[in-house]
Amino acid sequence: MNNIVFGQYYPTGSVVHRMDPRIKLLMVILYIVSVFFIQDYVMYGALFLFVIAVALFSKVPIRILFRTVRTIIFLVLVTSVINLFFTQGETLLVHWKFIKIYKEGIERAIKLTLRLILLMLFPSLLTLTTTPMELTDAMESLMSPLKLIKVPVHAIALIMSIALRMIPILMEETNKIMLAQKARGADFDTGGAIKKAKAMIPVLVPLFVGAFRRADELALAMDARCYSSVAKRTKYKVLHIGVKDIVATLFCLAVFSLVFLNKYLWAFDEMILSIFK
Amino acid sequence: MAIEIKDLSYTYSPRTPYAATALRNVDFTIEEGVFLGIIGKTGSGKSTFIQHLNALIKLQSGSIKVMDIDLTAKKPDLKRLRGTVGMVMQYPEYQLFDETVEKDVAFGPKNLSLSEEEIKGRVREAITLVGLDFNEVRDRSPFELSGGQKRRVAIAGVIAMRPKILILDEPTAGLDPQGKKEILSLIRRLKETTSPTVIIISHDMDAVAEECDQVALFSEGKLAAFASPEEIFYNDELLAETEMDVPSVVKIAKELKKRGANIEGRPVKKAELIERIKRWRDE
Repeated sequence: MNNIVFGQYYPTGSVVHRMDPRIKLLMVILYIVSVFFIQDYVMYGALFLFVIAVALFSKVPIRILFRTVRTIIFLVLVTSVINLFFTQGETLLVHWKFIKIYKEGIERAIKLTLRLILLMLFPSLLTLTTTPMELTDAMESLMSPLKLIKVPVHAIALIMSIALRMIPILMEETNKIMLAQKARGADFDTGGAIKKAKAMIPVLVPLFVGAFRRADELALAMDARCYSSVAKRTKYKVLHIGVKDIVATLFCLAVFSLVFLNKYLWAFDEMILSIFK
Repeated sequence: MAIEIKDLSYTYSPRTPYAATALRNVDFTIEEGVFLGIIGKTGSGKSTFIQHLNALIKLQSGSIKVMDIDLTAKKPDLKRLRGTVGMVMQYPEYQLFDETVEKDVAFGPKNLSLSEEEIKGRVREAITLVGLDFNEVRDRSPFELSGGQKRRVAIAGVIAMRPKILILDEPTAGLDPQGKKEILSLIRRLKETTSPTVIIISHDMDAVAEECDQVALFSEGKLAAFASPEEIFYNDELLAETEMDVPSVVKIAKELKKRGANIEGRPVKKAELIERIKRWRDE
């Protein structure tokens, strides 16, 4: 019952939720590219504010959004520590035995941390506000030019949507089987890694058997309804771009272009520093 | 008393947009030696309720005492609890996993850390009790058995733990009439031999009326009624309110009365009805 929708979709019905998923997907791609071009701390701050602003529009609690960062905390720590100790630079700050920390190292570690967090936040907002089905639709639509070079776009999209549809079902099934085996005294929580892995066998075997059974049944059901992957078909939900999508696109493009202007024309950090001098 | 439930409430995914209250202030006591039927519409909280009895779900509020095991304790003795309360889930045949029937049935007793000898004895006993030929099926893969046989093996897997209380969620779902009859008579046999207290969840009102001494009716997470089958199945108002079906015996009895037959009392079991009809005929 917990995982009716796979992933982290957080329904609020906000304007961000109702946006065309294709636009959202494109904006996320542009955002990721922009993050790699950020130069100044000011721009890190600006993009951070941008994400918060979109989050406010989406009505997804900020707490939930930041929870997604937890999943990469280990990666962030490891990369920043490595950068801290192994970056060679000009200004030596700490020199203790074999440990050398340069000013450039600290700067790099900070920027990398900020970059990783930013990279996590916005795409998370996409999955928080877009159902996997919508995403699949968006990808199918964006990939449709590939049909010209005979890429089976529709089949790929269908496989993706069936896989996505199966995940909550299999999760529910896993849950059920685990409960059933727990009722028979199975213990999944104690013991070392090997014991825990072994304890999963009574769950995995029935799960696989069930998955094959379901796949078989689904194939039969589709066949019975004369499904064909080459047939021309229409969509239940037709995607279309509205005013809100255009406004959102312009807003995003404005923010992203700031990043590039900053990189190639104006150095914000120096401007601000010069004010104080 | 076998199970004492006090003020039990439960909400799935609390504090999220998916929050769903499954149980509201459920409060009753199940006596030892009872055959209890739990009925209610889909989503009325029946399954959530029975999963509490085996500590498959963590208590949120309220308290449960099973025999002498207190589930509100910080660390209830789960091993002993699961040896005491045997739970047969819906479609239990989908939980079979081992290479042979014997090994699969031995899974439960093994988890109770019994001796090899003891386990062997229990497995043989359980497989025989569910009406299968131990020597014939012991080395076969559970996956090559028929549907009905698979279900028996799964039930044997629970019986081998010798639970004092046996809980079955929809034991007759998906079976043909013959299979239904067989499983019900198996449950009756188990009640007489290994597990004196039996609780079943069922949508099959005929089976509930026929088998149970007590019925708990759930509706929207609440315990709408807890009484004898006669009291529940002759309470038209209650049944209409909770959208429950009436067992065919009750339907026939009511129809006969309406047409002027003198049927005494409130029969719910087939034998009772036949006896009353005979008495009326001989009058």
